[in-house]
Amino acid sequence: MEEAVSLEVTPDEAARITREQRETKAAKSKNLLEVKNLSTHFFTPDGVVHAVDDVSFELGYGETLGLVGESGCGKSVTALSLTRLVPNPPGKIVSGSVVFDGVDLLKLSDEGMRKLRGKEIGFIFQDPLTSLNPTLTIGYQIAESIRQHMGLSKKASYDRVVELLDKVGIPRARDRLGDYPHQFSGGMRQRVMIAIALSCDPKLILADEPTTALDVTIQAQILELISVLSDEFGTAVLLITHDLGIAAGMCDRVNVMYAGRIVETGSVDVIFERPRMPYAWGLLDSLPRLDDVRSDRLRTIEGLPPLLINVPDACRFNPRCAYARDACRDHEPGLTPREEPGHYARCWATDKGGWIP
Amino acid sequence: MATTAGVLDRTVTARRSSGIWRDALGRLMRNRLAVIGGIWVIFLILLAIFGPAIAPWHYDQKDNVAFNLAHGRPAPPFTIPNHPLGLDNYGLDIFSKLLDGAQISMSVAFVAQAVVLLIGIPIGALAGWYGGRLDTYLMRFTDVMYAFPDLLLIILLSVAFRDTDFGRALNGLFLVFVAIGLTSWVTVARLVRGQLLSLREMEFVEAARAIGVSGRKIMTRHLLPNAIGPVTVAVTLGIPTAILFEATLAYLGVGVQPPRASWGKMIAEGVNFIRSAPYLTYLPGLMIASALISFTFLGDGLRDALDPKLKGKQ
Repeated sequence: MEEAVSLEVTPDEAARITREQRETKAAKSKNLLEVKNLSTHFFTPDGVVHAVDDVSFELGYGETLGLVGESGCGKSVTALSLTRLVPNPPGKIVSGSVVFDGVDLLKLSDEGMRKLRGKEIGFIFQDPLTSLNPTLTIGYQIAESIRQHMGLSKKASYDRVVELLDKVGIPRARDRLGDYPHQFSGGMRQRVMIAIALSCDPKLILADEPTTALDVTIQAQILELISVLSDEFGTAVLLITHDLGIAAGMCDRVNVMYAGRIVETGSVDVIFERPRMPYAWGLLDSLPRLDDVRSDRLRTIEGLPPLLINVPDACRFNPRCAYARDACRDHEPGLTPREEPGHYARCWATDKGGWIP
Repeated sequence: MATTAGVLDRTVTARRSSGIWRDALGRLMRNRLAVIGGIWVIFLILLAIFGPAIAPWHYDQKDNVAFNLAHGRPAPPFTIPNHPLGLDNYGLDIFSKLLDGAQISMSVAFVAQAVVLLIGIPIGALAGWYGGRLDTYLMRFTDVMYAFPDLLLIILLSVAFRDTDFGRALNGLFLVFVAIGLTSWVTVARLVRGQLLSLREMEFVEAARAIGVSGRKIMTRHLLPNAIGPVTVAVTLGIPTAILFEATLAYLGVGVQPPRASWGKMIAEGVNFIRSAPYLTYLPGLMIASALISFTFLGDGLRDALDPKLKGKQ
């Protein structure tokens, strides 16, 4: 009951939406975010871990892009690299460029980057229980970002906080400004995190598994909230998830990541209807299905993602792939185009002249 | 059932938020020993503040008339007029001397701990926040300080600086503050470092970074407030040690100098008359013991009250 959302659009908000749509259209020629050949390595005593290896993708204004894959595939490190929050040491972005709204973030000064974080790029973390500071009030934590970036007075920033809390569906927002995180439920705390992410009208929100720590009913509400608000604010979303169901429901396009690489990319329809990479098949197969009566066991992909130290020149998925042949072990396939425009996959077997038609 | 009702009540009514400190105070008030300790501590603090006003005599003022009546010997409590706790072997009023001793002990308790915080928090925070080389250097230095016998170092410092202006300031009290502070910051530094090491890995720190909060603000606004609880406990539990150090120094004659009447000094003078006038030793001894015990009870109570893992229990 406390989770109910009311999202009525007032006239001047509607005006802003159209204005933003106009702006979006004008900017359509270029992308909001262009990541090229991004590599992030972790220098550990056991060797160099290639956590993110030569990753390239782009994200249009207002678009929602999914980043899916198992644990340890480099999804989160990719997101952290975009905002240069990779813990250093041991992590380091070793090459590539991240052009955000015309600015290369990797060339920006530390101070310039700090000013961008939270203002242009919002972040929603996985676990709302631990991503709020237990000793500070909810009001302070939301206002912190606003005060930091918009230069509002204390009172004006708190007015904005109330407005945001209303927007994310927290009842009696003004009364709850002085509350501490432990007085909020998990779902409410994630709403607070969304309010923080949206507080400065960012152009991009990085949502790193935003619903993993929540139960399924709250999950649906939070996703709905992210989707409605990102439409309303015209915000682009990079949604990191291991739940393909969430990606299917939320995203315009999907990148499938495996072992630090993007192994398949395409529109959400293509990825779910005609995936061209055995790893994506495995992921889709492992979803539990209501109409599957053959077995009551969940299907899995055997094995684990490889350790990303001393990666050989071979398809990284080949040890777990049922279709692997010698070619897969000799050279790593490139990310090559498939039939539909914008659909790329990294697989010898489904490439031209491959053994899977 | 009662718990469920309580939770519902909390979410439904627009209750003014309580905050962590008020919760802790509530838990502290339910701990009887801590309350007794706290009351005695407050009583001693009041004695220290208002001592000069309520003392019937100056601690250095000899009452010749009464002393002659007592044949030039110490007078036990409740035996002669105008001196409720009797006279000591110099003919000085014991009650007034005890009040001055309270002032010395309480100022040592708080000022020496302030010095401890002033040194311990920055060193621990720098080591915990920056890690790496700086951490190694600072912590090895801390280990060296820790390995050195505290009392010996305090005595050395006291003796070395005794005849300088610095050593004579406040009848030697200032030197006592600094000497105790310089040896006791180690615990706080280690504690703050440990707290920061675990806190800086917390997700809320990453979240604060992700909204562009600067490093300095993360430290002062997000990290140190989270470490205040354990530091408060450590400081409170460090106070008895500081009081005892001061008394020991005075007993050995290297601490607070006469005419100030430290409890330790009073005991040192009293032991010569332990058979004929045992109260000269017992009375200041009782004050020291009660001060130590009450601060310890209070510190233990604070530790339980501020420990988040115990929330909801008791």
